[in-house]
Amino acid sequence: MLTWSFNLLNPKMFPIAKSPLFYINAFLQEVGEVGLLFFHTFRNLFKKPWEKRIFIQQLEEIGVRSLPVVSLTAAFGGLVFGLQTYVGFHRYIGPGSETYGGPIISLGLSKELIPILVGLMVSGRVGSAMAAEIGTMKITEQIDALFSLGADPTRYLVVPRTLASLVMLPCLTIYGDIIGMGAGFFYNVYLMGVNRVLYIRNTLLYMELWDIMSGLIKSAVFGVIIALIGCWQGLKTEGGAEGVGRATTRTVVIASILILIVNFFLSKALPADL
Amino acid sequence: MIRVVDLHKSFGHNKVLQGINLRLKHGETLVIIGQSGCGKSVLLKHIIGLLKPDKGKVLVDGVDITNLKTDELHRITRRFGMLFQGSALFDSMTVGQNVSFGLERYTEFSPEEIKELVKESLAKVGLIGIENLMPYELSGGMKKRVGLARAIAYRPDIILYDEPSTGIDPIRADAINDLVIRMKQELKVATIIITHDMVSAYKVADRIGMLYAGQIIEMGSPEQIKNSENQVVQQFIHGRAEGPIKNW
Repeated sequence: MLTWSFNLLNPKMFPIAKSPLFYINAFLQEVGEVGLLFFHTFRNLFKKPWEKRIFIQQLEEIGVRSLPVVSLTAAFGGLVFGLQTYVGFHRYIGPGSETYGGPIISLGLSKELIPILVGLMVSGRVGSAMAAEIGTMKITEQIDALFSLGADPTRYLVVPRTLASLVMLPCLTIYGDIIGMGAGFFYNVYLMGVNRVLYIRNTLLYMELWDIMSGLIKSAVFGVIIALIGCWQGLKTEGGAEGVGRATTRTVVIASILILIVNFFLSKALPADL
Repeated sequence: MIRVVDLHKSFGHNKVLQGINLRLKHGETLVIIGQSGCGKSVLLKHIIGLLKPDKGKVLVDGVDITNLKTDELHRITRRFGMLFQGSALFDSMTVGQNVSFGLERYTEFSPEEIKELVKESLAKVGLIGIENLMPYELSGGMKKRVGLARAIAYRPDIILYDEPSTGIDPIRADAINDLVIRMKQELKVATIIITHDMVSAYKVADRIGMLYAGQIIEMGSPEQIKNSENQVVQQFIHGRAEGPIKNW
């Protein structure tokens, strides 16, 4: 039995498996690559020429075109949050206490659920598109052509996308907050008959501007993560169409995981109120 | 004008360039021949500063471009125009925007002047009235010509061609050769062409260099290359499967 277990760990039996050091090295290398890209992007933010045309295009791509998907996810997120809050208050506190669901719904949505939903939706829709577009440019030598024609690829491709993402994610989050809170209100007041005046009063009484602001700070960070990961994966694409496919998948996976991890640490780091 | 000194480049364990030395004079056309995958495009990308060598120098009028920062490098690459193997036209832009791209970054011309120069550059490669077409609406030969129009639009004094005749039929390939010769005569540019098409090489070259095993193994006029005693060169220029080159 013992011999069998050792055989399982034998690298000759599993040639794909590599030593842990290999994976640690590969991980650190990738962290270094993203760090360098972030550094170059930040440095190029202040250098001319500013690519206004691409920046405006990306504002539309990231912001305006994400509105339908954000509307749907925020609406159903708000509805389900409203439903569970209603059930919770009704069951555990008692009938009449459901009006206190308002601030809970608003707090949960604006601080956690909407920034995460917006981040995940945009990473799936826009991050993957960035990786696919830049990856295709890479394998067809368009990035080299950019450089040969006097355009720094980081300044031309990464900076406008990162800036647009940084601006549009908080905008989408505010929009999502309104839709989500509206949906929670609709479920509680119009479907379950909770007192409308008390629901609004409690929401306004306990809800603070900082709750919304901290959600916006988070979404701005998510915006930078999505754009940087999408551009980084695009710029390191190799191996034709298969490589582009791999880059898009990796972008969505890495950005989504990072959003969830960073969200936890930001929730810990940002003060509960000001 | 351009000097490449002891250039080395490896990708992982693959030693692609192992001590390349070459020189390009004003107004000269140098053709680099060699097998597919032997490092010709890698050499070209070092000359324009797209790749950094592991060792060695690329001197453009005495300035080593291998250690320059991006902005300084772009002041030098302003002098280069490059036609890429697959044309590398920007998919999201019209033909006109593609051709004006370098003009907008490298020159101070007004939008009207840029528009005129775009027309003029396209006319030089025999294309008229296609400014508003998208790259996917063009044939392979037209894409090459638009790529060339983009490369010459801002009047560089060195033009680099990466396999200009690859992927197009022999008649169009010859038309591209004529264009290369005309560009040299009209614009007085120095030219480096990477190819494995010997018909083109003999037609356009002042000198031909053969890249093999990471080094320039032969350099000379087309006549000297034709009469070379090097068996590797002979095997390559006659396109024979038998000979000292085995790794095909």
